Amino acid sequence: MSDPTNDGQVFDRLPSTSDDRDVAGRATRSEVIEWWGDRFGVDAETFENYTFWEKGAGKIWVFAADLPSPTDAEGIGMTFLRTRQEHWKPTTNAVQRFGGRATHNVIDLGPDEAARFLAGDDLDPDWDGDWGYLIVTHEMAGEREPIGVGLYVHDELRSVVPKGRRASLTARE
Amino acid sequence: MTPLERYESLVDDPEAFRAACDRPLPSVVRVNTIKTTVDRVREAFDDAGISHIPTDWHPGVLRLPEASPGRNWPHAHGWIHGQEEVSNLPAAVLDPDPGDRVWDTCAAPGSKTTQLAALMDDRGLLVGNDNNLGRLSALRHNAERLGVTNLVVTNRDARNFSLKPFGSDGDDDARVDAFDAALVDAPCSCEGTIRKNPDAFDTWSLDHVHSVAGVQKGILRRAVQATRPGGVVVYSTCTFAPEENEAVLDHVLDTEACRLADVDVPLEGVAGVTEWEGAEYDPSVERALRIYPHHNDTGGFFCAKLEVTG
Repeated sequence: MSDPTNDGQVFDRLPSTSDDRDVAGRATRSEVIEWWGDRFGVDAETFENYTFWEKGAGKIWVFAADLPSPTDAEGIGMTFLRTRQEHWKPTTNAVQRFGGRATHNVIDLGPDEAARFLAGDDLDPDWDGDWGYLIVTHEMAGEREPIGVGLYVHDELRSVVPKGRRASLTARE
Repeated sequence: MTPLERYESLVDDPEAFRAACDRPLPSVVRVNTIKTTVDRVREAFDDAGISHIPTDWHPGVLRLPEASPGRNWPHAHGWIHGQEEVSNLPAAVLDPDPGDRVWDTCAAPGSKTTQLAALMDDRGLLVGNDNNLGRLSALRHNAERLGVTNLVVTNRDARNFSLKPFGSDGDDDARVDAFDAALVDAPCSCEGTIRKNPDAFDTWSLDHVHSVAGVQKGILRRAVQATRPGGVVVYSTCTFAPEENEAVLDHVLDTEACRLADVDVPLEGVAGVTEWEGAEYDPSVERALRIYPHHNDTGGFFCAKLEVTG
């Protein structure tokens, strides 16, 4: 009998830790939560009542409830994180939903730059922190609010806002 | 005879009814409380110079007299969702609690589904089903933009929706045996959307009304069966035809263990009708709510609340 493999057609709940892992290469729940803590400082308690699922190679979903695993469905919760690659990448929607709790690797943009970022433009902001995926924020109604994910490399902030979420807005006064 | 002339005998003020049907609908958005608050949305609209007027029955439903619901920062953040005022009614009537298990039988494109998720504080289990695979992508896109994490999306025929894929015949602690509540916002002839879709009558036919009524009966029956005793099923359409409204309720009252409850909302409307073109319906269908476009300056709507008794 061959080892269990990742079935791209159904949702499998992530194993709690590597000791429970029986599908090669699959991220574990603790790795996912640790990654959000290490990369962005999002507290592990944030995800206490969520389950995590994989469907398709490396695509992790966050789900506020639980179901038997595996489950055959079109979607379980929200797409959350891309794994099975060297640099894990959070989704725009996950960053909007949970990125407000981030403490580092967050870059805050002014009104003009924020509008350009949402439109999909690459920017050249001042940043002396880590390279890699950053949470991009701006001020909304008096508080910092995450817009999405930027990839900072070679002194450039690339907008990775998906096409379906881009918009051309004029900067606020 | 146009579809509207067909219903003039039912309407309290046919002239106001016709006039309202001819007016375009105002832009309306619902505040998504999963991601923000009503106060922050209003402040963000003020900052952007977008005028907004709260509706008098729902503080989280705002009319935008001069702007479209998209193309602004609150929309980009998933703080708001463009949703016709009266379309906010069924989820409000269902009024789920955080932690409930709720089935939305005809969920795409997800306005009411995401409203249910917000009323549940994005906790508990929400199953959003639709038989149209093409429309599911709109449901998923809207749910993700609005930050919904308690939603399972399925692509099945609601009329024979099985709980087995959720482990109902097993002993897993996470299995789903029955729902606490269900929403049947049924596919319909859409007569009440004439203000939004001026071509809504182009494809109208009495044959279609009768055939879609058969589908509606099948979905509503399955929703009652899949809901636990004591649970609630809300039935809604955006159409006027009694064949698709009271007749569907009458059929389900006859065939499934359920009874009608009052629809208690602060919107103007009239009672369900008990007679139509020679047919007589169960007298309790009067507890359903008919909303005509001139009542609240909205689209037309029908909404009923059923309690599952066995």
